[in-house]
Amino acid sequence: MTQSSKYNSVQRKKFYFSQPLMDKAKKIIAQYPEGRERSAILPLLEMAQRHNGGWLSPDALEYVGDMLSLPITRVWEIATFYTMFNTQPVGKFHIQVCGTPPCYLCGSKEVKRACQKWLGIKVGETTDDKMFTLTEVECLGACANAPVVQINDDYFEDLNAESIEKILQDLADGKKIESGSMTGRTGSAPLNTKIRKKDA
Amino acid sequence: MLKDKDRIFKNLYGTLGAGLKDAQKRGDWDDTKKYVTKGSSWIIEEIKKSGLRGRGGAGFPTATKWGFVPKPTKEKPAYLVVNADESEPGTCKDRDILRHEPHKVLEGSVITASVIGARVAYIYIRGEYFHEANCLQSAIDEAYDAGLLGKNTKTGWDMDIYIHRGAGAYICGEETALLESLEGYKGMPRLKPPFPAVVGLYGCPTLVNNVETLSVVPSILRRGADWHRSIGTEQSAGPKIFCISGHVNTPCNVEESFGISIKEMIEKHAGGVRGGWDNLLAIIPGGSTTPVIPKNICDKITLDYESLMKAQSGLGTGAIIVIDKSADILKVITRIAKFYMHESCGQCTPCREGTGWMWRVLQRMCVGNATVPEIDELWEVTKQIEGHTICAFGDAAAWPIQGLIRHFRPEIEKRIKKYNAIATA
Repeated sequence: MTQSSKYNSVQRKKFYFSQPLMDKAKKIIAQYPEGRERSAILPLLEMAQRHNGGWLSPDALEYVGDMLSLPITRVWEIATFYTMFNTQPVGKFHIQVCGTPPCYLCGSKEVKRACQKWLGIKVGETTDDKMFTLTEVECLGACANAPVVQINDDYFEDLNAESIEKILQDLADGKKIESGSMTGRTGSAPLNTKIRKKDA
Repeated sequence: MLKDKDRIFKNLYGTLGAGLKDAQKRGDWDDTKKYVTKGSSWIIEEIKKSGLRGRGGAGFPTATKWGFVPKPTKEKPAYLVVNADESEPGTCKDRDILRHEPHKVLEGSVITASVIGARVAYIYIRGEYFHEANCLQSAIDEAYDAGLLGKNTKTGWDMDIYIHRGAGAYICGEETALLESLEGYKGMPRLKPPFPAVVGLYGCPTLVNNVETLSVVPSILRRGADWHRSIGTEQSAGPKIFCISGHVNTPCNVEESFGISIKEMIEKHAGGVRGGWDNLLAIIPGGSTTPVIPKNICDKITLDYESLMKAQSGLGTGAIIVIDKSADILKVITRIAKFYMHESCGQCTPCREGTGWMWRVLQRMCVGNATVPEIDELWEVTKQIEGHTICAFGDAAAWPIQGLIRHFRPEIEKRIKKYNAIATA
């Protein structure tokens, strides 16, 4: 495991779940029948990644494997199969530009280009200050609001080059930003249509 | 066109509140017990009469699928698994159901679980839908607090519902891959038979249904099978959520009845094609899997399973991707091919190797750096992948390219000739 030796120096202390997380993990494992604890591997890895700066370090993988009595190779297998798990460190903001046809038709290329230009990095790279990582992902499932970019947990919809640049600027400035449609649409409703509001 | 009163998903756009109280105002959870106590054979009969077909893409009759699940025993309990791993490019209907109408999903799950005798349901939601999973979880918490889920429930069917979040894999939308993933393995489809109905999750009888399919079940029972049958066409009954994306003026999700013409759909709901209907080049009618159809077919075609099948395409998930003349159709299909290359799970050789091969050839064809016989070779390779893999992913990767060659062969040839003319000059 060459990766392990490479990143051990990055990791300051060994990974573990704090008590509240441990309680949560036990609750998750209890959702599955006895003897089927392995089912909890996706939620547990997700939790580990969330509390480990957005990536799964080798010791985090090992920790989850030990919890579920799985050999480390089995955990690696899962971590590398699913695209949402990062086995390399990522920046504080993980910019994931959707490039699949509906977004592609609506200008995801411009959005991607704007990101590359603004951040000064290529797809798959992280900025030197470890603030941003840029990735191109496959369909995010918000096609009626294309083009879409996912930043950490949030979807930013109906983007263009200008609006994504503003988002990146705000993130860099540490401002709080609102996710969702950038053109003020209500969910996936057509733009500029009257929609029956609650109790109206 | 679908009348307003026939709409099932009144809160599709999230303006009326997704909480339990608001959902109950719209009729959800209203006397669920009445339907549960009528028994599974009555429910199956009603759903059969209603003509409901699975909304996840394949369009398999729902009642028939339910009928496949054997009676659970103590050693082998039955499971209900809700497929919320929506990843087909162009499709974003389940997302709106999950975040704006979560109680419809839960009520549908309870009724369906009572049919197959399941006491546990897992909702497998794609990992990227973080907020949607939270919306669903709060709906589940509300339902537990209101005595609709858990033990001694008001619905007459005691059960638990858990959310299981995926982690980014298109293939996990395939039902057996989903079960593998739920069991904690890589999402690689299983060989069938045995079908999941008999040997599914943890080797037990399992029913896997799409979010939209389950969400419409309570409404069908309440309004009656005949009501559902009266909407749509002979083989495609009922209203359905369609997602319109791509080159239209106002892309949107909309609930509409089957059998509406594709032109009316786009012009009424999505503000028409950018630059007018004459600027239309082609449409992908049901998510990226379904073969593209050119404008001359789009002029007349209606949106239902039978007529799209006749046009050598399919209704799929009802995700309409509109492509106008400004787009390069070859590049669009090449991007789709790249998607399939990226998402192939790598289990079967024809798919693992073939998807990459097709993408590389298409990339060359985009600039014309190919020969005319290579088009036939590409066609042949798609035919070799189709039907020769464990799951339908191989077919899904082959069909868009077959659609391209079927309808846009002259365009490819033109490009090859142009490239060669420059190369030899």
